Amino acid sequence: MMRFILLLLPCVLALWVPLYNSVEPRLLGFPFFYWSLLLLVPVSALFIYAAYRGESR
Amino acid sequence: MIDNLNWPATAVFVFFFAVVTVMGFMAARWKSGPLDALHEWGLGGRRFGSWITWFLLGGDLYTAYTVIAVPAAIYAVGAYGFFAVPYTILIYPLLFVAFPRLWAVAHKHNYITAGDFVAGRYGHKGLELAICFTGIVATMPYIALQLVGMERVILALGFDGQGMLSHLPLTIAFVILALYTYSSGLRAPAMIAFVKDTMIYIFVIAAVIYVPSQLGGYGAIFDAAQRVYDAKGGPTGLVLKPAQFAPFATLALGSAMALFLYPHSMTGILAASSGSAIRRNAIALPAYSLVLGFIALMGYMAHAAGIKVANPQDAVPQLFLKMFPGWFAGFTFAAIAIGALVPAAVMSIGAANTFTRNFWKPFVEPDLTPGKEAWLAKLVSLIVKVGALVVILFIPVQFALDLQLLGGVWMVQIFPAIIFGLYTRWFSGTALLIGWAVGMVLGTWLAWGPTAWTPVHPVFDLFTSYNGLTAVVANIVVAAVLSPILRSTAPDQTAEADYDDRGVTA
Repeated sequence: MMRFILLLLPCVLALWVPLYNSVEPRLLGFPFFYWSLLLLVPVSALFIYAAYRGESR
Repeated sequence: MIDNLNWPATAVFVFFFAVVTVMGFMAARWKSGPLDALHEWGLGGRRFGSWITWFLLGGDLYTAYTVIAVPAAIYAVGAYGFFAVPYTILIYPLLFVAFPRLWAVAHKHNYITAGDFVAGRYGHKGLELAICFTGIVATMPYIALQLVGMERVILALGFDGQGMLSHLPLTIAFVILALYTYSSGLRAPAMIAFVKDTMIYIFVIAAVIYVPSQLGGYGAIFDAAQRVYDAKGGPTGLVLKPAQFAPFATLALGSAMALFLYPHSMTGILAASSGSAIRRNAIALPAYSLVLGFIALMGYMAHAAGIKVANPQDAVPQLFLKMFPGWFAGFTFAAIAIGALVPAAVMSIGAANTFTRNFWKPFVEPDLTPGKEAWLAKLVSLIVKVGALVVILFIPVQFALDLQLLGGVWMVQIFPAIIFGLYTRWFSGTALLIGWAVGMVLGTWLAWGPTAWTPVHPVFDLFTSYNGLTAVVANIVVAAVLSPILRSTAPDQTAEADYDDRGVTA
């Protein structure tokens, strides 16, 4: 059950458009819309990794 | 024809192309097995470990067309084109959960295609044919678009032939590809993927660091793009308009559901040597998504560099010609062109596998021998590629673009049969087939616009949704309602234990 929550969380964040649809706060010149989505990519990989660890234990 | 050729760029381009051609032919001997068996030619003998699978799937899913089309969409409309990033976030949890199960059952019963699995699971030939048909019609235009991506960069090298002659370099490249795919099978794109992916990483890292340093940093790049959209108006901009929220999210979700159902994705996944190799790839493949995100931003870099092109697909090639010395632009173009070869090869193999296994064998020649099966698949892979080339040579590109858009809508209609089928046999084959038909018709009908095919359509005037997603919801409802009524008595070839990949290796 835990692993499904881990896997579902990045999906929900990725689809929750109003959450990230803004220019501010900027990071290194990137509007929030872009840096948050780009950041979510490695974060989602970490969540999948956590699910993988939980599974193989 | 070659008077305006950029010689340094062309020399580098031709060099890399020659390297991968040699590799493509040599690949037949790599991890070699009897290439006259279909799972050897068409799945590389299921011997690809985590690393090879990472390169192969990365090379296969992030295609040349993607590298051209995603920044083109950003260049044209801004934030809306960025749906490709949430889409790539959604695909890997699905890959992680569902596909090791598919790998396990496919390994146990020597399934090579999605159609094989459906035939074994539901014992329903009609559904098997529907899966096979969907895969082939969705893949054909996708191969054609790889050629479009390749042609954009050949054009950017300064090649400007007239009439049929203008397609000469593309034709040569494609004939070479067809020949080594024929002789080496899936091993050829797997080997070439190493070169392609390495080149793509190099050019993206270079662009991400060097281009902003020349254009005043990322802040200046986004600001320049903002000014272009302010002048342009309409549904463009650095962030989404509220009316774009639902289309953006549903496009991402629907496209993500479709991706791994395409024959070429399925081929890449089933060629893995274990279920764990697939899981590890679900963790490591997002590295390519990050690359795709930065490639997307090249659409904005083009605005900041003052690139003005009529066809947005020329934005990235022109950006590289303007910002980099000729030889590096040639390197980049070679990466994109080779980036077309890998998916085009895997797609033609995937289409050939499913044609042979799920149409020819069950309906035309049930007593097909394994040797003849592999021979037929090789031949079909040639025909498929020639077909794609003919489409590009003689039919307007818009036709391939429209078909590719519809292909995504169609592809997701096999989601219930495959993905639900990995977990339950509750749905009946006939109900799934009717649901599929409803989804195909509804999705196509929704996409039929007054002047052009459109990807999204309002749902009950409440919100606007991607047609593929709307249609697959209807598909699922129909299949769920009809399944208790049309109970299936056909045998299920698979057992629950077959879906567990633990302890199983190829």
